[in-house]
Amino acid sequence: MWRVVLKRLLAALPNLVGVVVITFLLTRAIPGDPAAYFAGGAATMEAVEQVRQQLGLDKPLIEQFFRYVGNLARGDLGLSLTTGQPVLKELMARLPASLEMVLLSLLLACAIAIPMGVLAATKPGSWFDQLARLITTAGVSLPTFFTGLLLAYVFYFLLGWAPAPLGRLDPIFSPPPTVTGLYLIDAALAGDRALWWAAFKQLILPVATMTIFVLAPIARMTRASMISVLSADFVRTARASGLRPSTVLVRYALRNALLPVVTTLGMVFGFMIGSSVIIEKVFGWPGVGSYAIDALTASDYAPVQGFVLTMGILFVLLNLLVDLLYVLIDPRVKIDA
Amino acid sequence: MKPPDANRPPLLTVKDFSLEFRTRSGTVSALQHINLQLRKGEIVGLVGESGSGKSVLSYAMLGISDAAARITGGQVHFGGMDLLKAEGAALSDLRGREISMIFQSPRTALNPIRTVGLQIEDVLRRHAVHTRGRTGPDQALGFRERAIQALREVAIADPERRFNAYPFELSGGMCQRVMIAIALACRPSLLIADEPTTGLDVTTQAAVMDLLTSLAREREMSTLFITHDLGLAAEYCDRIVVMHAGHAVESAPTRELFRQPLHPYTALLMSSTPTQSSQLHSLLPVPGQLPDLRRSDLPPCRFSGRCSRASEQCQQPLPLLDAAQIHAVACWHPLQSNAAPEEIAADMADRLAAKSACEVLQT
Amino acid sequence: MSTPLSTLGHIRHVLSDNPVTLVAATLFAGFMLMALLGPSLVPFDPLATNVGPALSPPSGAHWFGTDALGRDIFSRVVVATRLDLGIAFSAVLLSFIIGMPLGLCAGFLGGWWDRVISRGADTIMAFPLFVLAMGIVAALGNTVGNIILATAVINLPFYIRVARAEANVRRDAGWIEAARLSGNGNARILAMHLFPNALPPAMVQVSLNMGWAILNAAGLSYIGLGVRPPEPEWGILVAEGAQFIVSGEWWVSFFPGMMLMLAVFTFNLLGDALRDIFDPRKRT
Repeated sequence: MWRVVLKRLLAALPNLVGVVVITFLLTRAIPGDPAAYFAGGAATMEAVEQVRQQLGLDKPLIEQFFRYVGNLARGDLGLSLTTGQPVLKELMARLPASLEMVLLSLLLACAIAIPMGVLAATKPGSWFDQLARLITTAGVSLPTFFTGLLLAYVFYFLLGWAPAPLGRLDPIFSPPPTVTGLYLIDAALAGDRALWWAAFKQLILPVATMTIFVLAPIARMTRASMISVLSADFVRTARASGLRPSTVLVRYALRNALLPVVTTLGMVFGFMIGSSVIIEKVFGWPGVGSYAIDALTASDYAPVQGFVLTMGILFVLLNLLVDLLYVLIDPRVKIDA
Repeated sequence: MKPPDANRPPLLTVKDFSLEFRTRSGTVSALQHINLQLRKGEIVGLVGESGSGKSVLSYAMLGISDAAARITGGQVHFGGMDLLKAEGAALSDLRGREISMIFQSPRTALNPIRTVGLQIEDVLRRHAVHTRGRTGPDQALGFRERAIQALREVAIADPERRFNAYPFELSGGMCQRVMIAIALACRPSLLIADEPTTGLDVTTQAAVMDLLTSLAREREMSTLFITHDLGLAAEYCDRIVVMHAGHAVESAPTRELFRQPLHPYTALLMSSTPTQSSQLHSLLPVPGQLPDLRRSDLPPCRFSGRCSRASEQCQQPLPLLDAAQIHAVACWHPLQSNAAPEEIAADMADRLAAKSACEVLQT
Repeated sequence: MSTPLSTLGHIRHVLSDNPVTLVAATLFAGFMLMALLGPSLVPFDPLATNVGPALSPPSGAHWFGTDALGRDIFSRVVVATRLDLGIAFSAVLLSFIIGMPLGLCAGFLGGWWDRVISRGADTIMAFPLFVLAMGIVAALGNTVGNIILATAVINLPFYIRVARAEANVRRDAGWIEAARLSGNGNARILAMHLFPNALPPAMVQVSLNMGWAILNAAGLSYIGLGVRPPEPEWGILVAEGAQFIVSGEWWVSFFPGMMLMLAVFTFNLLGDALRDIFDPRKRT
């Protein structure tokens, strides 16, 4: 099995390299003179030249690339022009906010979409099946910013159920002591129930928005996979042996059907990371996405590039994780390297 | 061992059973007026071409038919209960415990991501409540031990280790043994074996069949052996029921059937089945094709279209196969002569050719 | 090969089987109409300010209400159709024109071609695609042209894969051998034989991509990239109305958002219908 794991790890390497290469090319693709840009608007000619030499922008491209990689290895993603802080530091500080939202949405989406898919598969063509199809197609057609705004309007403005979309916490609360950076976990660890609840309430709307968006691929995959598995020979054998319908459905059919769903999760992560940027803007969520947008609007490019690079690497690692998870749960893969 | 006493009351009785499929391209009349009987300890072969309805019948008896299936008449009595009228829960209790089934393509018929030992345990646990009352040497053991015992009984070597094996790690023959172990774990009184040897090589075929029949005899378990291979049925079955296009056309003890086939189709089947002594050139195909079962204008005898003995009378509703008879046939013109099947078949082929020639000349 | 008549019959069968598809087709026609004739259909100049009281709710005079500058939202939403569909269409077309030949080469010629092209497609897909689009627009500059380019780039892998798969399957087919033996060069085989066969699944992809490209372009506009105000574009219109949602003026964002959703929905349904026509086996 370890050989298979190693193979998967090695397979992820070219993607990591690709991510780094493309991000590097993007940094050099800025129109105009990058040195002048990095030196800042008010710099003099000498200052620009100094920056150019400092950043090695006068050297051949290949050398610049290796410099870039060297910087990356040291964790140097540049400085933000607007805040003057190292980009990496700011990204790391804001990453937990984004992660908390994404992870919670994933859990919720699976909790809804998988049973939905299973139910639709056991009764194909029924009204439930059609309804599920409609809901999921609508969910994926709705732009996330629109869903977010609608939810904010209905649940905050009209019904007053949800709090104002002001970020992770109502200003009267202060964040819990940092253990993971995920407020729900940290507040639970600190035993602060009021704080936990406050953090949870702020999460509801952004998480709901993202969940609606990713329901479709998960539900569709579950449904298709389930339909295929339910007509498989071994399910017929299980039925013929008198196993209870619930046993057949869960232990025999669902476990097999979930395998392709796990591989879908990789793609789903990509959608989630992309839509998290927009959702953070809608709800003023202090994550990496809004960080990048703010920098973009201020023409501060280093954070944006750092953001693209980080998200790219994160995505490759997430896909690798999904791959490894699959190796663990499917016994056939251990031999079939 | 000698076959059981024919005077015992039957364990399974299928009476006038009819079933159809609703499909997009029409209603398929898959089974019509099937009569069948199985006694305790008997091994009965259900023989017929693909599409004759043999598997459909067994699925319907077990209650695992396709969703498009509609039962249009008849009864299936087992142990004092009409299976067709039984509730889902009651049927589910019976399956695997009193009536079991094994299928072809054993590797795909087993759960690919669950160890074979656990699959046997699943069945044991499911029926544990019911089998508790039974006495037996394995009552005192736990489920895992009983599963290992089941593997041992189907002659799988090193059962403790094989318990943790996955189906893809086992050969086709071993997978079939595992399936037999699953089916027989709760000591059912009836086993339905649906083409269990198809897809296996000849040596493995013989081994699996030997295993099945020895287990059946040991436990006095009735077996319905479904196959398209008349030769295989001849070797292992006490009695054979021949099916054609959804009808049961003949039923007789094996020896009797081969000594004197009564239905023309049976004779044709025999002459197209290779035996040890037959030569390739002496094998005759069964002429014509199965009728399209979606048609609503099918004649009462579905073989009449390609039978050389067909006459006006064959348009009359068929005499039903009387399952209580020792040698029963559903035909207006059963074969009488004592000629060998090959001769009968050759004769039929000639007559059919002559008949078609006449028809052509007449148009 | 199916005859034109039987294809028509098949299309009719799919349409009647699935009334939703008919709805999608109608909507598609509607959007085409708005895109082509938009400016001549609307009552007000989409850029004219103060044609009505600012932030007034939907009424008889202003079906979709007015925004903070007193502009008629209905006019803006309808006219925006041209820009949104135009951007999406251009991006998809560009993707198609570049991606299909690349994929066909990769699948048919194999070897080095396949390795390089597949590696390129995989690298693009190694990114969360929206993030990559952001990066490209940020690097190249905040223009509509770059939005189109960025959207085209992130859609490339889909076309490369579709074309590659189709070419791969047919690579060793008998009739391809025959074509080669009768003197056709590789380029000719690719263009005349493989490309037409790859079209049906590519068409399905195109329709689905259109929906996604529209969402992408709107998303980029929403966060401030690409189209700049006061140019009417659905994403920008929603962004303009976002601040008013929390104070109750819902119509400023609602109608552009609905139109956006309707457009994406239409193309998704259309893609499903095309899939049913060309390959009923792939129905999900």
